[in-house]
Amino acid sequence: MAEAARPAITIGDDAPPVILQHKRVLGVSVATWPKILMPMAVGILALAGWELAVRLQGIPVYILPGPILIAKTMVADWGTLSGSLWITLSISLAALSAAVVLGVSLSVLFAQSKWVELSFFPYAVILQVTPIVAIAPLIIIWVNDVKLSLLICAWIVAFFPILSNTTLGLNSADHNLLNLFQLYKATRFQTLMNLRLPSALPYFLGGLKISGGLALIGAVVAEFVAGTGGSQSGLAYRILESGYQLRIPRMFAALFMISISGIVIFMCLSLLSHLTLRRWHESALKREN
Amino acid sequence: MIAADNAAAQARPAGLSARPVVAVRGVAKLFSNGTLALQNVDLDIGRHQFMSLLGPSGCGKSTLLRMIAGLGSASAGTIDWPEADHDAQGAALPRLSFVFQEPTLMPWATAIKNVMLPLKLAGVPKEERRARAAEALAMVGLGAFENAYPRELSGGMKMRVSIARGMVTKPDVLLMDEPFAALDEITRFKLNNDLLELWHASNFTVVFVTHSVFESVYLSQRIVVMAARPGRIIADLDTTAPYPRASDYRTSPLYNDHCRRASQALEVAMGHALGAH
Repeated sequence: MAEAARPAITIGDDAPPVILQHKRVLGVSVATWPKILMPMAVGILALAGWELAVRLQGIPVYILPGPILIAKTMVADWGTLSGSLWITLSISLAALSAAVVLGVSLSVLFAQSKWVELSFFPYAVILQVTPIVAIAPLIIIWVNDVKLSLLICAWIVAFFPILSNTTLGLNSADHNLLNLFQLYKATRFQTLMNLRLPSALPYFLGGLKISGGLALIGAVVAEFVAGTGGSQSGLAYRILESGYQLRIPRMFAALFMISISGIVIFMCLSLLSHLTLRRWHESALKREN
Repeated sequence: MIAADNAAAQARPAGLSARPVVAVRGVAKLFSNGTLALQNVDLDIGRHQFMSLLGPSGCGKSTLLRMIAGLGSASAGTIDWPEADHDAQGAALPRLSFVFQEPTLMPWATAIKNVMLPLKLAGVPKEERRARAAEALAMVGLGAFENAYPRELSGGMKMRVSIARGMVTKPDVLLMDEPFAALDEITRFKLNNDLLELWHASNFTVVFVTHSVFESVYLSQRIVVMAARPGRIIADLDTTAPYPRASDYRTSPLYNDHCRRASQALEVAMGHALGAH
């Protein structure tokens, strides 16, 4: 990605690592192009094979529509589908935000005392291992507002990776740096802000990448269970509805949109992680050899 | 303990004030696993002294250094700071810095931000801490690398940043725990000279833990040799020689004489450790 141009300065025997500038085509380095082109080629070939198989075998549309028909359906039904997409996305993102806020706050609380962590962590695990499909109906009954109940379901699925990773990260601060903070009589708050939170950042971002996809899955699963109708429905309901009505191309179009949303969420969070860590963390650095 | 008593009776190196900066009295350290890491340690460290703690691994020299730093408490005995300020409860507030064996830098922060850390924790205003950190970095020869991240620096340069972070608070005592042990010899010699220059130009005390006879003789005015099982002081050597010292000191008869005495003391220390088992 865009590495800031940094002059390679050397002094005497203390030579810093030299940072090479790679050749670029359309803003992407030459070495990166195959990484973009190869998966695209595979995807195009697979879609072409699918289309060909459907046409040659004469497979009926209600069994398996071809990709061209799915694309046409997506354009034709864009009005309904985009509205649903927006609803599913807004629930996922709201759940992810809630997971970040609550996950990070709880892990900061856990980091304050081993006893708090020991007392509460098992319950976070219970929340995680209980299948969301099993408890979603209860949550939908207990919470009157459908949208809110979907948000809670998505949050339950998304929150654990952030909590677990951030807790691990807060406890992973370098021991000598902790000693140094103690030596300089740093307060708990200073140690948290200047040492524990920055140490936890790579772990948190790793958890965030997992939670991003899980929030979407949680939102979709909960909506399947809720089965809400009307104009205020997300993509999961469009899939159910299309299934009942035997509008299989539309079902595939909605499914395709969910997958794309998941990929986009993952890519955005990966980019965020890369931009945040690229200057210092091992995960974002190229190996020198 | 006869050797330690003799050592205490020896004349102190010249040019030191009567009151020590640190007074260690009868200090012992028993770890929870039953290991007696230190036993009956008495040590006075004078102002503006460059003192080395030399000993085989496991002799408790790092443990002693950490206890002087206030990282971990003594099982018996006291560590007093006669000249330091004291808080309302009577606890000493010595102005210390510690340099670890690893550079121990925050990887997410630039060199200057790493150096600014002690000032930030002390609540020094932003403008002032930036100026003082820049000055400290320039002092260790890294003025051009203020905005470099630790991973962009070589091992020697990282150690320089670590020393700059130690110096930025203008401490009375600089505690160093085998700071150059992980560096190659050429870089180590260079940093030895730079450290001596810094020490000579300022007015602080250095307590330098090392397992290298040559490094301790080259740097210090006084070498305290420790033995293991239990960790204790067995010799207190005067290694006075004029400063500034440069590479020609390494070939002088005085240096060789100091090295011979330090090596003998170290051999005794290792013999004691073996004999104990």
